[in-house]
Order: sequence, then C-alpha cells, then structure tokens
Amino acid sequence: MGRLSVDLCGVTLDNPVIPASGTFGYGYEFARIYDINCLGTFSFKGTTRLPRFGNPTPRIAEASAGMLNSVGLQNPGVEKVISEELPKLKTCFHKPVMANVSGFSVEDYAQTCALLDREEQVGWLEVNVSCPNVHGGGMSFGTDPKAAAEVVRAVKKVTTKPVILKLTPNVTDIVSVAQACEEAGADGLSLINTLLGMRLDLRTRKPILANTMGGLSGPAVFPVALRMVYQVAGAVSIPVVGMGGVSCAADVIEMMLAGAAAVEVGAANLVDPFACKKIIDALPAEMDKYGIERLSDIIGGGHAWEKT
Amino acid sequence: MKDCMMTVAENVPLTKEVYRMVLRGDVSAFTAPGQFMNLRLEGQFLRRPISLCDLGEDSATIIYKVVGKGTAQMAAMLPGEKLSVLTGLGNGYDLADAGDAPLLIGGGVGVPPMYLLAKRLRAQGKAVDAVLGFNKASEVFYEEEFRALGCTVTVATADGSYGVRGFVTDALPEDYSYYYCCGPEPMLRAVYRAAKGSGQLSFEKRMGCGFGACMGCSCRTVTGYKRICKEGPVLRKEEIAWED
Repeated sequence: MGRLSVDLCGVTLDNPVIPASGTFGYGYEFARIYDINCLGTFSFKGTTRLPRFGNPTPRIAEASAGMLNSVGLQNPGVEKVISEELPKLKTCFHKPVMANVSGFSVEDYAQTCALLDREEQVGWLEVNVSCPNVHGGGMSFGTDPKAAAEVVRAVKKVTTKPVILKLTPNVTDIVSVAQACEEAGADGLSLINTLLGMRLDLRTRKPILANTMGGLSGPAVFPVALRMVYQVAGAVSIPVVGMGGVSCAADVIEMMLAGAAAVEVGAANLVDPFACKKIIDALPAEMDKYGIERLSDIIGGGHAWEKT
Repeated sequence: MKDCMMTVAENVPLTKEVYRMVLRGDVSAFTAPGQFMNLRLEGQFLRRPISLCDLGEDSATIIYKVVGKGTAQMAAMLPGEKLSVLTGLGNGYDLADAGDAPLLIGGGVGVPPMYLLAKRLRAQGKAVDAVLGFNKASEVFYEEEFRALGCTVTVATADGSYGVRGFVTDALPEDYSYYYCCGPEPMLRAVYRAAKGSGQLSFEKRMGCGFGACMGCSCRTVTGYKRICKEGPVLRKEEIAWED
C-alpha cells in the first residue's frame, strides 16, 4: 500500500484517480500516448444493452470554464463491448476496470449488468441513473429515489461485483436519492454527473446543441460537485466517488476531504489528454504541502470541524 | 498525436478576417495534408481545431478566420508567444489515389489544407488543377501561392466580384483524374453531386477533444459510425452518408 492507495468497495486502487466515463472511451486512445496502468482505474464509455449512435450533432458547446455535451450515450452495445472492446483493453490495461452502464428500463440495466458481471476484468459496475441527454431513461431513474432504488435492487440480483450508482445533480435533494440507493443495497455512489445546461447561438437565435440542452462539466461545476459530495458523504456510510470539474491534484485532495474515497476526472481529459497522469504525478508534492502522509487518512477530513 | 509547446513565429492578416499563423516547434506528428492541430488558448476551456496549411522542418502554418472569441484571441497573438498544441490529429488526404491530374477544390477556410496537398502532389510531378471559392474579391487569398507551386488556378466568387461568378461547382474543369475537396458543408454537398468521378472530402464539426475520446463529432457513414476528428476529417466519397 503506497501513500496514494485507497480502497474502493473492497478493491485496492494504487491511487484514487479515475478517468470518468465518456471522457476516456474504452481506454486505448489514451493507451497510445501513455501507459494507462498508472491510473487507479478508469470508467469506460457508458454502455447500453443495444448499440446507440446517440444524438445529432452539434453535440458540444463551449462554456466559461467548462463545456456542454449532448453525446447521448453513443456506444456499440454491451455485446460488442464484451466481444471487441474488452479484449482490446486487456492488451493495454492490466487492472480491474469500472464498467459504466446505462439503460432505459429496470430490465435493461439488469440485463447489461448481468452480461458484464461475467467479465473478469470488470471490477465495479458504475450504474448511470443520471444521463441528462437521453429521453425515457437515464436521468429519469436518478431523479426519483424509488426508481433509483429499484434499479439498485435489480442490478444487485444479477451481480456479485460492487455496484456504484452514479447520481445526477439535477435534483432538489441528492441526499434522499443517495440514501435510497444505500438502503436498496448499493455498494457505493459516484457523483456528480453533468448539470443540465444550454447555450444559444446569437446569429441564428437557436440552441447551439442539436439536442437543445446538454450536460455542463468542467471546472465551473467543481464547487457544486464538492458541495454535493460533502452532503452525501455526510449522510451515507458506503464509499462515495467524487467528480465534477476536478482538474488538478489539489482538487483531488479537496474532494477527498469532502468525503470522496476516490475521484473521477472528466472534462479535463478532453482538453489535456495527459491530465490524469499529470494529476497522479503531482499528488505526492501536493500532499507534502498540507502534511498529508497517506491519502486514505484524509477521506472525509473536511467534516471534522463540524464536531468542534 | 503529440502535445507540443509551440512558439508563434508569424501572425499576419491575409484579408480583413483571415489570418495566417506560423508556429515553430515539434511537427513530427503530422503525417498527411488534411490533418489538423488543436490549440489551447488562455481562458478558453475547449481547444480550437485548425487545419494544417503548410509544414516545414520545424514549423507549421495555419490559416484561420476570426469567427468567435477564440479566433479573435488568436488574431491578437504576437510573435514569441507560446501555445500548447496537440499536433498530428485526424486522418488526412490519401495521395495514392490522385492519378496524373488531380483536382483540388477549396472554399473559404477550406482552401488552406489544399495548399499542403498541392505542394505534395506537385512534388510528385502531378498536374494539379485548383479551384478556389470565396464570397467576394476582398476575401480571396492564396491564389498566387497556388500558382507559385505550378498549379492551374481558377478562382470563383459568389458575387462575381473576382474570377468566375458563382460557386466552385460553376468553375469545375472538364478533365481531371480524381478530386480532393475541403469547405463548408453546403459546398461539400454541391461538389459531391456535381463533380464526376471519385474523390476525398474533408468535413468540419464542433469537436470536444479532437482525438477520438468524447464522441462529440460522430457521423454516420455507409461503413458505420465515424469520428470526424479521428477517422475523419477526410472521408472518401464512397463512404459518405448525408444525414438528411
């Protein structure tokens, strides 16, 4: 166990840095430019039971200190992920990978998870009940505590792997959704998915995104994400994976102080393909600045002041 | 793909809105005309993808039009300033299909990638015909530069203020062995319909990462889903599936 290592649902990570789903594909675009085995793990592209092209383009818009996307879960479908993507991944990544799953019905989630459960390289199932870019699925499960709990129960029945529910910030009370997932048997939670946003083109007076709205990510959302991680970590006893605008080693430390057991990095990968490697390399020096010996010691450390 | 710190060596206006920037640094990741680079600009979150116009031993030339905040910021840059640049992005033009007398069709800021292509084809001894399209006379650039390479050049302007009146499709020559095209999508569609024979066309889309990770610029083709930033921007005519 090194200074950076952490435990995530019973699996040891060499460090807490995890590229977030949708910003890292199935790994090999990045494996071409650096050895991705330096990562704690990574969460692969959101996978559904059937192949999806996703939304029409434009799917991307710029924002201050961030970006909007409305990709809409483009992926080859779980069967191709298992038959084509995972075998390719095995050649360049030798750690358990986090399988990100999305669906349009409870059965959908369960079927996809059941297939991925058989894959040796899958270490965790990250169940996305929070995609803002699809209709009749995704986020609609994550905005209702009862529906989210139903997804958890259905998935837990078909897998022995740790189940992490990825939550949406587009709710009035994220804590109630988090607690419902915990009660239903979730092994962990990850948050936040993107914040629903929109941009208009001043020349055409129409939305820039073909899907009208999209998810906001990047440094702009970091304080919102940190607040939600802080609230949820204070209210549940299962591990929380923090994400939202993390772009440097100091952000990782801040997320962990808020209660994150591990930290996902999303939009930063898209502007700097080496972002995660740089963050991992910078962590020891950043920890030294604040007298942190081991990262695992500081998880939730930002709550200690409440008791004084 | 390489992540390089490059230095602005030159940044000059060619027309009222179009600028040429020469960047010095490691350009070893570029392998073909039609590829692009993705520039990181201070204060802008997403990088700005700009296609390659010319390549030297240790320099890359780009030509860009000021259309928004990012490109306005680029226009204000001075020689000596440094930029983080992802180089060697995308799938460029394949010269192997050119034949003896290839036709190059560029429109607006679709003209620049044709320059390096013309240079490479001329170096192979090909008879290169170039049709360059612009809106009006004051927006014309690089006519002389193509001529200096030994290309036969025809300029078309939409308002007829210079050269052939009309679009590039009004100025296509009768005979050519193969065509290469870059320009706005309406122009690509028109060329796809009007030009005879086979060719390669370069597409533009709003991108997230520019290197194949985010699926922001996907399109449907007859051979499956492609990423404009990765399998594109250059597609073969035969694989294009227009979306509407």
